[in-house]
Amino acid sequence: MMNFYAIRAIYLHEMDRMRRTIGQSILSPVISTSLYFIVFGSVIGGMIPELDGVSYGSFIVPGLLMLTLLTQSISNSAFGIFFPKFTGSVYEVLAAPISSLEIIIGFVGASASKSLIVGIIILITASFFVELEIQYPFLMFFLLVLTCLTFSLFGFLIGLLSNNFEQLQVVPLIIITPLVFLGGSLYTIEMLPEFWQKVSYFNPVVYLINGMRWSFYGSSDISILISVLSLVAFLLACIIGVAIVISKGYGVKN
Amino acid sequence: MKNIVSIKNLSKTYDNNFQALKDINLDIKKDEIIALLGPNGAGKTTLISIICGIVIPTSGSVSVDDFDIIKDYRKTRSQIGLVPQELTLEQFEFVFNNVSYTRGLYGKPPDPSLIEKILKDLSLWDKRNSRINELSGGMKRRVLIAKALSHEPSVLFLDEPSAGVDVELRQEMWEVIKDLRNSGVTIILTTHYIEEAEAIADRVAVINKGELLIVDNTSDLVQSMGQKTLIIDLHDAVDSLPTKLDNYNLKVLNNGLSVSYDYDSKSKQTGITSLLQDMKESGLKLKDINTEQSSLENIFVELVREK
Repeated sequence: MMNFYAIRAIYLHEMDRMRRTIGQSILSPVISTSLYFIVFGSVIGGMIPELDGVSYGSFIVPGLLMLTLLTQSISNSAFGIFFPKFTGSVYEVLAAPISSLEIIIGFVGASASKSLIVGIIILITASFFVELEIQYPFLMFFLLVLTCLTFSLFGFLIGLLSNNFEQLQVVPLIIITPLVFLGGSLYTIEMLPEFWQKVSYFNPVVYLINGMRWSFYGSSDISILISVLSLVAFLLACIIGVAIVISKGYGVKN
Repeated sequence: MKNIVSIKNLSKTYDNNFQALKDINLDIKKDEIIALLGPNGAGKTTLISIICGIVIPTSGSVSVDDFDIIKDYRKTRSQIGLVPQELTLEQFEFVFNNVSYTRGLYGKPPDPSLIEKILKDLSLWDKRNSRINELSGGMKRRVLIAKALSHEPSVLFLDEPSAGVDVELRQEMWEVIKDLRNSGVTIILTTHYIEEAEAIADRVAVINKGELLIVDNTSDLVQSMGQKTLIIDLHDAVDSLPTKLDNYNLKVLNNGLSVSYDYDSKSKQTGITSLLQDMKESGLKLKDINTEQSSLENIFVELVREK
């Protein structure tokens, strides 16, 4: 039988961390994304013609939303499990009568919830700066949740494997952020020279951003089916990765 | 008395090939206080970490209340409370919330009145709304004990409970530990303070370099392994002892004003009578006589040195 009280305890404990660090958890991503909307959406965006039939300001919303979701999900989750490892308080999670699955549900669920909250706040913020239109709201919400869960799981894996704060920051800052910027968050792939278009298809984030964009505007560079399948494939890869690390003792049991 | 923890042929080799435990066998009785005594790096923490589920054993088995710690981990862990050696607490959390969090981890529904009782028992109630980083080291250690007790365990592990605490708090901690035992909790504590083991433990298990050297009742261990020493104060100082006393291996102390004689009090012939006779015949005038029992510390040092 599942230890629901333990899942609840971990979930509420992690959500409480967000409340304690509201500036870092909520305000920081909202302010930085708002700056993008002001600069690229309202100021520069006014001088750029429509892309795929939507204004430039509206066009960049799905990409910027995805940038925030990816970095926040990874950071929240990686920090959530790394911090107890760093302070040593992870002992009580490891010594408690909890299964690995319950630990993951607690930590990843809280991280995904935080990212979802930030994502929704960013969407509301965006509506103040640009004209927002969501053609497929249910699909958009589904992708939002799936992305938060998948990358929170990815972050959990990074947190398990990290031995210091530098390793914790490497993936979100050095890998994810460039991939999002080069993944068509601020432009369409078609705008690139042919060679770079082909290179872009090796960037997994391209599929995520285009999937989200499709749910907003009904058009994108890549089929929605491929986008969803690639996200599911990455989710499966993260599940396998976490399962392997846990089977080897979380990196702390041996 | 029933065994609450049973350890069979337990070994642990870490990924870096360091063998922390070598074929440990130990039964821990219900409602006792047992001290795992050993120098730093002896394997004490590894042993309790395995029982608590924090470290994976390489071979062997451990059962708690007849349940296997791996196969039936939910049943075993829910009975165990652990107070770690380090003050591993999240510094920005509030005392009451943090203790309640641990109760939740152990699958127990929230029980504010129980948490209140535990905090009051440990003199922490006034600090319930304080952040951990506002507490003194002694209070933090008590918070760790409160967390370990929050799910009402029947077995409590205390890893070096006196490490870094002052004498007054140590005495307080011992009282808390004794009270817990009286309430039906089995206590397993690791320590390298001999005094602590002597003061509160019913039994002592000495571990060194991953091996269990001896397990015995604290008093029996002192009785059976401890040597006694006869200290004889002399009326006049001597430069050297008469050759007649060579067989006694006497040690000259106190600038020749005393001599000491080690003997086994369990032996049929301690040699005391003949020693005193020989001393008299050698012309030595005796001023005073007293005996000293070697302490657990002496026994521990001898055991560890022999290895």
